[in-house]
Order: sequence, then C-alpha cells, then structure tokens
Amino acid sequence: MTLIDLANPTRFLSLTARVLPWLAGATAILLAIGLYQSAMAPDDYQQGATVKIMFIHVPNAWLSMFVWGVMSIAALGTLVWRHPLADVAAKAAAPIGAAFTFLALVTGSLWGRPMWGTYWEWDARLTSVLVLFLMYLGLIALWRAVEDPSRAARAAAVLTLVGAINIPIIKFSVDWWNTLHQGASVLRIGGPTMDRAFLIPLLVMAVAFSLLFITLHLAAMRNEILRRRVRSLQMLQARAFSSESLPRTGSGVGTGSREGNASKQQSGAA
Amino acid sequence: MTALAALVRRDIKIALRVGGGALIGVLFFLTVVVLMPFAIGPDIPLLARLGPAILWLGALLASLLTLDRLFMADHEDGSLDLILMSRTPLELACAAKALAHWLAAGLPLIVATPVLGLLLNLDAAATSAVALTLLAGTPALTFTGMIGAALAVTLHRGGLLLAVLVLPLSIPVLIFGVAASQAAITGPLSFGTPFSILCALSLVSFVVGPFAAAASLRHGLD
Amino acid sequence: MSLGPYTSFIVTSYTLVAAVVLILIVWIALDYRGQKERLRELEAGGIARRSGRGAAGF
Repeated sequence: MTLIDLANPTRFLSLTARVLPWLAGATAILLAIGLYQSAMAPDDYQQGATVKIMFIHVPNAWLSMFVWGVMSIAALGTLVWRHPLADVAAKAAAPIGAAFTFLALVTGSLWGRPMWGTYWEWDARLTSVLVLFLMYLGLIALWRAVEDPSRAARAAAVLTLVGAINIPIIKFSVDWWNTLHQGASVLRIGGPTMDRAFLIPLLVMAVAFSLLFITLHLAAMRNEILRRRVRSLQMLQARAFSSESLPRTGSGVGTGSREGNASKQQSGAA
Repeated sequence: MTALAALVRRDIKIALRVGGGALIGVLFFLTVVVLMPFAIGPDIPLLARLGPAILWLGALLASLLTLDRLFMADHEDGSLDLILMSRTPLELACAAKALAHWLAAGLPLIVATPVLGLLLNLDAAATSAVALTLLAGTPALTFTGMIGAALAVTLHRGGLLLAVLVLPLSIPVLIFGVAASQAAITGPLSFGTPFSILCALSLVSFVVGPFAAAASLRHGLD
Repeated sequence: MSLGPYTSFIVTSYTLVAAVVLILIVWIALDYRGQKERLRELEAGGIARRSGRGAAGF
C-alpha cells in the first residue's frame, strides 16, 4: 500500500475504517498512562502541585502549532500537487487545531494566575498564540464562506501558507523578546533542561495528544469525504427532479449517462 | 511598464472620484478619532498619552474600510478578468493596484494626521512621529490587506470576512507602529528599533502581498 | 494526593481539557452518523454514483 493508493478516497475510507479502532485504543492507553504519571509526579520546589498543569498545557501548545504545520503541508498539496485528499485533510484539521489552541490559551491562563499572579499578559508568546487562534477562526470562516469545496480549498490554502509565518514567530518569541513566558526547556539546542521526573510524563502526554489528533483527524477526514459524496448525490438528485418536470425531447434533456441513469430509474419505478 | 503605470493612474483616478471611496477613508479616520475622546472622557493628559494609539487604530480601521474596494469594483464590471488575462504578470498588477490604493487612500490619512493630532492634544513632535510611523506602516497595511481582499473578492458579502482575515496579519504593524511613536515621544527606548522593524514589515509585505494576492485571484476566479 | 493551595486551578484545567476533547469526539461521531444516514437515504431514493459502488465506501 503506497502513498499514492491513499489518494483514492474509497481506499482511504476502507483503510481508515480498519485503522481507527487501533489508533483510538492506543490513544486511550497512552492518555491513561500519561495521566497516571502526571498524578504521580512530584511537586516542583517552586510551583508546588501547579506544575501538573504543564502536562496538559504544553502538549496542547505544541499541537496547536503542529496542526497548522500539517495544514500548511496539505495546502502545498492542494496548490502544487493537486493531491485529491489534501483539501479534505486541510478542512478537517482546522477545527481540531483551533480547539487545541483554545485549550493551550486557557490552561496557560489558569497556570499563569498561580505562577505569575496574572491571568493574562500581553507579552510576545501569549500575543502570538492569541493571533494564531484568531487565524484559525478566520480560516474556518473562510472554509464556510465559499460554497464550492475545491475553490474554498484553494483560498484556504493561500491563507494557511500566509499564516504559517506565525509559527516560527511563536516558537522563537521567547528568545527574541523579553517575555513573561519562560524560555524553551525541552526543544532547544543543548537538549532539555527539565528534570526527568517531569520530562517523562510530559513526553508521554505529548505522544498521547498527538495520537489523539491523528485519530480525530482521520475520523474528521472520513466525515468530510462522506459529506462531499452526500453533496454530489444531492446535486444529482436535484438535477433528476428538475429534468423530470421539464418536457422530454428526443435528443435528451440532460448532460449524459449519469442523469440518464437516474431518470431512467425514476421512470422505471413509476 | 507603461501598462502598469496606466493601471496605477486609472486606479487613482477612480478612487478620487466622488463615489471612489478614497476620501471617505479620511472622513472615517476623523470620525473614529473624534469618537475616542467621547468614550474616554475629557481627560487631556490621558488623551495625549493615548494619542499615538488612537491615531494608529483610526488609520488601521480606515484602511480596512477601503480595502474591499481594491478588487470588488473591478470584479463587478469585469475588468478584473481582463487584468488576469493580460500579458503583465498578475503579481505586478496586484502590486500596482496596491500602490494606487495607498496613494489614494493611505496618503490622505497621513496628511490628515497633524490636524487630528490637535484634537488629541498632541504636540508637534509627537504628531510628526506618528505621521512618520504611519508613512512607514500604512503600505504594510495596504499590501497585506490586499491578500484578504483577494481572498474575499468572490464572496458577495465578503466584507466582514475580509476584516477577520486581515486583522491578525495587521497586528504586528500596529504593535510596532505604536511602539515607535511612543519611543519617539517619551523616549528612553530607542526609536530606531521598532521603526526599522516597521519598515522591514512593509518591505516584506511588498513581496508577500502581491504573490499571495495573485495566487488567491488565480485560484478564486477560475 | 494533596494538590496544594491552587487545587481549583489544576482541577479546572484538567476538567476543561477533558470537556473539550469529549466535545470534539462527540461532534465528530455525531457528524459521522449524520452523513451515513443521509447517504443511506439518498441511495435508497435511487441515486447512484458514477462508479455504481456504494457511497459509504464499505
């Protein structure tokens, strides 16, 4: 099964049906392990037990950026290679990414209150993640504003690629500016500076949330493929109904075999 | 080259006509700046401190208001299709239209700034600082706004969607524009740093804007 | 397991994450059921796809 086989929506659907239960199971197991490890993790000498918020805040933050990256690759797939499933992948990912960004902002805010004394601060990291959230919402609005799915896909692809500039800004904002948000302690040159007692649960939760995203994304892609099929069948149905009410001429009313079949079936049943 | 010059000239002429919308941007700028003291109260020192921010916000909203005219009028009468089919590269055509739009709609805002600065009790130095940052920053607003205008051109009621798409991209320009103005007025921080970043944002938008807008137009109109 | 003086913050964070994840799962699952239902109705009405195969894919 090569990558090109996945380009066929029907094969993708059958593959998804087989793979989803396993993915869901793996996600559940890893989430359970991660939550257990987070509960068992020691208290930080400075933050006390509130360090446990880190185990859900950081994975959501990483994923909010990762999902925009996935959408950017899908956008390239749409614009450059015209891969058939790229549109579907991009549209399905947007609400999930928006949800992760929202959770990153909210858990961060709830962590900030005990740690820094404030729910919100207009520093570079928080502001750029808020801008990312606004861009997710704008992208979803754009998807819904254009009626034709493939035109919507191309417009959304351009917007996704333009917005991708925000991702490195978010990542490096804590280095470039004097921010309230702490600097990178995991993904940095020189290796992580976090203690293993915290690093392990964090990494487990990160993998668990990534699996969660993959599971949700595949399921949402499946829904989107089905939605498009519903749409094309509905258009066929509308054409069949409208051609029934028109007087039939010898040369045929419609556009071809598809409609011929449908109207033949209708008149055959009548 | 003559084709682009003709495009610029045509766009400026259309924009400056009565229904063209360029000068109404200045009127909107004036309205926003006048509204702020009513909301904030007649606290003169506070208004003076907020002055640069109010002027920048007014300019941002005024340029947002006029942005959908960038492509909409041409789309409605069919000239956008002609522009797409012509031999000049679409990216340069978009850049020409953005330039014309800035000359017709952005420059008047900058010219109006000293007058409005009086309303907000800003002194001459402060007002010229704000005007200078607006001069450097409004091109960025126009050229990145063009991306949203191109994305929304094929939508009938695309006006609000345009604003939602463009505003996140305009936030850095706003931040650095106000920062540069404040630095020039109250001063311990250097004016040079935020101002050069503002210029850099404009320069980047001169490249990214036309390419992204051209891509949107091509994909949206075929 | 004592969570210290900021227990409510920790509990609220975890609860919110669980709630949003559950909403996502439920929304995607309901959408799936809805699309399959509509496909079933359309195919029962006699509309066939070009390939003639079932639209639900499996």
